[in-house]
Amino acid sequence: MIPGDVIVTGDYRPGMYVQRRGSDMVALRVGLAEIVRNDVKVIPLSGAYIPRAEDMVVGKVVNVTGYGWEADINSCFVGYLPGQFVFGRDFSPSTHDLTTRFTVGDLMLAKIEAFDRTRDPQLSIRGPGLGKIPQGEIVKMTPMKIPRLIGRKGYMINMIAEFSACEIKVGQNGVVVVDGPAEGVRKAVQAIELIEQEAHTADLTTKVQQLLGAPVGPAPAAGPENSGEQ
Amino acid sequence: MDENGIRTDGRRWDELRPLKIEVGVVKNADGSALIEWGKNKIIAAVYGPKEMHPKHLELADRAFLKCRYHMAPFSVDERKNPAPSRREIEISKVIREALQPALFLEDYPRTAIQIYVEVLQSDGGSRVAGITASALALADAGINMRDLVVGCAVGKVDGKIVLDLNDTEDKEGSGDLPYAFMPNLNQVTLLQMDGLFTFDEFKQALELAKVGGMKVYKLQREALLRKYFSGGGPETSTGSAEMMEEA
Repeated sequence: MIPGDVIVTGDYRPGMYVQRRGSDMVALRVGLAEIVRNDVKVIPLSGAYIPRAEDMVVGKVVNVTGYGWEADINSCFVGYLPGQFVFGRDFSPSTHDLTTRFTVGDLMLAKIEAFDRTRDPQLSIRGPGLGKIPQGEIVKMTPMKIPRLIGRKGYMINMIAEFSACEIKVGQNGVVVVDGPAEGVRKAVQAIELIEQEAHTADLTTKVQQLLGAPVGPAPAAGPENSGEQ
Repeated sequence: MDENGIRTDGRRWDELRPLKIEVGVVKNADGSALIEWGKNKIIAAVYGPKEMHPKHLELADRAFLKCRYHMAPFSVDERKNPAPSRREIEISKVIREALQPALFLEDYPRTAIQIYVEVLQSDGGSRVAGITASALALADAGINMRDLVVGCAVGKVDGKIVLDLNDTEDKEGSGDLPYAFMPNLNQVTLLQMDGLFTFDEFKQALELAKVGGMKVYKLQREALLRKYFSGGGPETSTGSAEMMEEA
């Protein structure tokens, strides 16, 4: 589908990147159309990262202000992590030193707490696995290809982590941090780059399995609604 | 035009110049396209949405669309001063305004979207070629769009309405009419006219521009599909999703 294309005509509900025009469902992005019962959506194949609430992102601190941190989240908006979210309710800029937790250049895995059109996205590091990322190799991907890297229910990313003996942190903003033994990191980065290049091909799982030296086999049973996934 | 109705470059009145389009030619850009239309060679590159600079110009409810049309010093016979000329500033404006109706700028508040149209080699009809390429670059950059935008020019040479003027016809002819539209919505986004047309000639020219534009749209579509869907993979999955729906 390309912008302006009619996906289907009839009684459907327009989802992401779809607009209704009369009874036509029209695509607004370059991508794959997916129709599940009455819902029509387009899975885009290109585009910059636009933050959404509840997304996990990898951010790099670019500025420490009096009340919080500003992080580059690989987007046109700057993520903001308020001091209260780290030090708690009794946070005051005079008693707490913000730089003891994060300084400029530090990496963090954070969740987008809230984002609306009027203000910059607010970050939070409360939650399992969230917080400072002390070390690792940064790999940047096209944000729209992150779902391929994660795979169905995390199948792909777990497989890469297992066979490279690495810890992999994936931000939906297209930043991935790999940490572990040197050989494993090399392997994991290769796998991620393979997914970046061949995200749109059909037997992606097999190719990654071959690269990692993992047993080649089919991914867990696919539901028809996920046909656009791999 | 000679007595058989053959033009300076051997075309008939309703023929386009050879047209070649490629998407994704500038690696550093978020989206890009190269168009070779007759002797035109134009690269369009899109950056963004990104942070707006200068900050005070940002718009609270939508993206700021910036467009620069520029001709390289070597794009014409005699060296062109690279500083933006009156003509380039005008074309930057009309390209911006021709593309704006197709974009959902309100989806990207407080950001900037920058379009660069760089003319490497120039021929007649470079603004419509620029619009055609920029629309592809915007789609390649993944910006929400209502439709693509297609440009096509018509003109009057020796008292006859002809499609897609080349440089000589543009300069020697008695009028030209650049036209851009959104083919699926059938809405006009650019209509300029230079020279004198009677009302009947104008109507005829507009009709011809639409017909020519649809031919350009076909090639524009193919160029975009070639980048994203060559090799069959995703398009078959689109098909299978639809088939499952029907099953």
